Amino acid sequence: MALDIYKINPEFRDIMPQEIIDLEEKATWSVKMEKARGIKELPQSKELLEEHSLCAGCPEAAALRYVLSALPVPEETVIVNSTGCTSLMFPHIALHTVHSLFGNQNAVASGIKRVLEWRFPDKQKDVVVLAGDGATVDIGLDYTLQSFFRQEKITTICFDNEVYANTGGQESGMTAKGQVFKMAPTGKKFEKVPMWELAKTSGCHYSVNLTASAPKQVAKVVREAILIAREIGPTYINLYTPCILEIGLSANEGLGEMKDQDKGRFEFYKHVSPEAEAYLAKCKEEGLL
Amino acid sequence: MANQGPAYYSPYPAATYDGVITPPEGKALLLTDVVDEEVAMREIAKVMLTSDNATIFPGPQVLYAWNEEAKKKATLIKEMAEVLNAKMIPMYDYRPKYPKIDPEVEINPNHPNLTIWHNDIKAAIFVGVHCHYANVALKIVRAETDCYTVAICGLSGHEDAMATLRDQHSHEMEKFIAIAKEVKAELGK
Repeated sequence: MALDIYKINPEFRDIMPQEIIDLEEKATWSVKMEKARGIKELPQSKELLEEHSLCAGCPEAAALRYVLSALPVPEETVIVNSTGCTSLMFPHIALHTVHSLFGNQNAVASGIKRVLEWRFPDKQKDVVVLAGDGATVDIGLDYTLQSFFRQEKITTICFDNEVYANTGGQESGMTAKGQVFKMAPTGKKFEKVPMWELAKTSGCHYSVNLTASAPKQVAKVVREAILIAREIGPTYINLYTPCILEIGLSANEGLGEMKDQDKGRFEFYKHVSPEAEAYLAKCKEEGLL
Repeated sequence: MANQGPAYYSPYPAATYDGVITPPEGKALLLTDVVDEEVAMREIAKVMLTSDNATIFPGPQVLYAWNEEAKKKATLIKEMAEVLNAKMIPMYDYRPKYPKIDPEVEINPNHPNLTIWHNDIKAAIFVGVHCHYANVALKIVRAETDCYTVAICGLSGHEDAMATLRDQHSHEMEKFIAIAKEVKAELGK
């Protein structure tokens, strides 16, 4: 995406709403930044997510804001998403987003990445998959793992809320054992799928499991994952964004739940392959991190 | 209750169900008739100059300076608005706005009727709107309002508009502005 698509023609400047003028002037587009974009700019800058229609207090909305603030070059990033709560937010993002059929997101992203490499050989285009646990680990597991096996240079971020939330609360593979939901009254019968470990054994060069409780950490992980995906190979982030409605919490209790799980099911896990480790060191020297 | 459009009672508020299709190359569409481009331009200018609250809705393809043609079109559309005594309300992107749009100053393709109702617009030109969203917006406007819609399209036109000019680039817009000036003089507006 050329940043020119946000340059307002002077003839129309007086009729454009302030939020669109801000998008041109105050958003942290990479070309305008003297140093790497980051989460610290969030309070002052125009965000790439205008508004969203998720539930009040939903941690997923906060997590998406952190992710967007951490994209190294948003103007050259394509986001691929899938059906789920997150798909309510993607139409509001001021970036290219591609909505795939449910579960197909990694296959779609692989194709997009390959075509972009062919079409723009001189440009670095990042392709980032953002989908829920149902799309990533249940129905789309085949596509997710195939993209890892094939070493597709894409970043996969799973917003893991451990439930099919927007369809009323069915258990997913990522649901913890024993968990009861409205549509899973007898409780989950088997263990949570350790997707971050599957990602490692399937060829991901970077695999992280964490909660969205610490914005800086989320931003750091996202940036590292995208940089590694550019040069080395597939990367995976499993991000806990609890569905406060389905687990019976109030709008202000999402952060507490994530903090609790920092020491529980989502204790920080990080795998970095030796090639990726070396590349990250190089990125650090070049000021990309 | 706002006045409804010609397709209001139809379960399929699309012009193709009435047998209306886009005009062939070099021609234009006026309601159900395929006519010469100049005839359509003259009629469009007349409608815009004689209707209440005539408005131009510029879309993203002309609002943003993403290529030289877009910059040129922006200047021409501004001139067009002055010649037609029309207001301009931007359709600056296609994101569904939450919780709702401000119909005074913006139009969104997902509910364009709100802007038309609010401002009581009786004639409108859609220009620079990508085809897929023009198709959505024009169908809604056709069914839900009594606004006379005009599509100035760079490709093959839109049958859901009451008047369609196809293959319109800066050269054709200059021609339309010249015709509009003549009509304006004839009408003494």
